Amino acid sequence: MSGQNQTPEKGKTEKNRTEKLMKRNTAYKKRQNLYQKIAFSLMRLAVVVTMAVLIIIIGDIILKGYPAISIGFLTQMPTNQMTEGGILPAIVGTIQLVILSLLVAVPLGIITAVYLAEYAADGKVKRIIEQAVNNLAGTPSVVFGLFGMALFVMYLGLPLSLLTASLTMGLLIMPVIIRTAQEALIAVPKEYREASAALGVTKWETIRRVILPSAFSGMITGIIISTGRAAGETAPILFTGAVFFYPRLPDSVFSPFMALSYHLFVMATESINIELTREIQYGTALVLLAIVFSMNLIAVGIRRHYKKKSFSSH
Amino acid sequence: MNATKSENAFSFADTLNGENEFDSDEDDFESENEIEFENEIEFENETEFENENSGEPAPSFSTGKVKKKIIEVKDLDLWYGNNHALKNISIGIPKNKVFAFIGPSGCGKSTFLRTMNRMNDMISNCRIEGEIYIDNENIYAKETDVNDLRKRVGMVFQKANPFPMSIYDNVAYGPRIHGVSKKKIPGIVEESLKGAALWKEVKDRLKDSAFSLSGGQQQRLCIARTLAVKPEIILFDEPCSALDPISTRKIEELITKLKKEYTIIIVTHNMQQAARISDYTAFFLSGELVETGKTVHIFENPQDERTEGYITGRFG
Ligand SMILES: Nc1ncnc2c1ncn2[C@@H]1O[C@H](COP(=O)(O)OP(=O)(O)OP(=O)(O)O)[C@@H](O)[C@H]1O
Ligand SMILES: [Mg+2]
Repeated sequence: MSGQNQTPEKGKTEKNRTEKLMKRNTAYKKRQNLYQKIAFSLMRLAVVVTMAVLIIIIGDIILKGYPAISIGFLTQMPTNQMTEGGILPAIVGTIQLVILSLLVAVPLGIITAVYLAEYAADGKVKRIIEQAVNNLAGTPSVVFGLFGMALFVMYLGLPLSLLTASLTMGLLIMPVIIRTAQEALIAVPKEYREASAALGVTKWETIRRVILPSAFSGMITGIIISTGRAAGETAPILFTGAVFFYPRLPDSVFSPFMALSYHLFVMATESINIELTREIQYGTALVLLAIVFSMNLIAVGIRRHYKKKSFSSH
Repeated sequence: MNATKSENAFSFADTLNGENEFDSDEDDFESENEIEFENEIEFENETEFENENSGEPAPSFSTGKVKKKIIEVKDLDLWYGNNHALKNISIGIPKNKVFAFIGPSGCGKSTFLRTMNRMNDMISNCRIEGEIYIDNENIYAKETDVNDLRKRVGMVFQKANPFPMSIYDNVAYGPRIHGVSKKKIPGIVEESLKGAALWKEVKDRLKDSAFSLSGGQQQRLCIARTLAVKPEIILFDEPCSALDPISTRKIEELITKLKKEYTIIIVTHNMQQAARISDYTAFFLSGELVETGKTVHIFENPQDERTEGYITGRFG
């Protein structure tokens, strides 16, 4: 009885409610769409700003540095108190510095990362090491410079030289290499480890044959970042081997050396005639940029080659 | 790992199975060094004929009443931390048969399967008591080399997991690492791919990435990779659960073919699959082995009502 009475009323309220809901729903949708539009616009703006800044900086360097570039600039020693001539020793010095510091940091860093990712048991010790690595990655480069001088020069008695600077620079870039390599190792699917173990393959062989190759391209990313830093940082080499004026190519790793970054720094701040050498400064910056860029290209090339190779028989 | 706990085993078997074959199994186990078992079910003619037809070596005891179990599990308990995941499991796995493990999700099928090649060693909070004998050798004994064990007991996983390498390299991976001479590798690769019924489909593209294969082909590639290390036993953990019906059928046919040379244990959620391909079935429920026997018996005439309930789909 009562049920019959209620039915039409219930239907009505039901209808009302759905209408209300639909209205609310469209309003909700409209609002959501608006939010989405605002969010996307902000993101787009951020990208545009970032790109613009990058393009302005690089464009400025190219435009102002380009006139300075010549065969002579790239192949000659600096002359006349560095207001004329080329920057060959600084180019060679930077390339040597980058390669040597990578030689120091990459093997050590990757071994550390393998240990942390594959062998170290989860626990306090591991967490402390990881935190230490993180902190080192954020330590100002001048601190590394001072530490390098204290350890290698004052304590171990190494000369101010390419070697000492490379060791110091190696320490600086190591944390980033460890972190990126560790992330890359952790990202390797657990299925590969299981599959390999199920074939009776030892952990070490599994790491060597499956895990490291799979993590390789992630590791290269860390090396690319490090290349840029090693080429660009000035403070770590300031106290450990880079010199203002050394118009010869280093004859051994024990000789002091010139580097583009330091050269630029000195000419822009302390040279006898800063205005006169503006063009040389921009030329130097352009060359530095080009070196970092081509080293990155090489790394990307290696990564691509390796990816292809890992998919085909040898 | 522990020494025998036979009292427990008896009480367990008594409460669970009454007077069935388990008691006699345990008896034999205690009294003989050779692991052999009397098992009424196996006395059926069918089994014997099968053996003779396929030209296998005759059972070691000429009476034909005794048949060898390649795997013998005794009073196995397993814990993940405090979670008692396997409770006092005892079971024998006969050679060159397909043995299916069934049971609802989370009952411990995978866990039990992985005790047999000690994959659980990779899990840090996993603790095991009891014994598993493979070819009369306690695989949890201190002197057992786990990598040697895994060479003998291969495993195929639920999700096909080929390495990011070429098809060829995937199959060659095991033998290469195990130091098989270079000259023999191409032969092993071909033989293994043929064994996994994949050779025809891939023989012209061995250098392609394994990821270029379909899901079903990838799973057969994983089987080929397992065959390449020449195991005696192959463990399959739901190998078809991610595959379409046609690929599933192919894998099932393959498994049926493989049992001539290998002992096979398969975990499956698919009752029809278990019924189609397995010779023996074991039903697990919350970490306990409820019932085991010939597949026909389990499916047509289950002794335990829980088994019946599961098989007829009343729960699980
Ligand atoms: N790595 C692990 N760590 C802790 N507990 C686990 C782990 N693996 C499984 N377990 C637990 O052990 C029990 C059995 O799990 P298992 O994976 O063996 O079940 P299963 O029968 O294979 O289930 P499914 O059919 O869903 O695959 C579950 O309670 C599960 O939560
Ligand atoms: Mg499972």
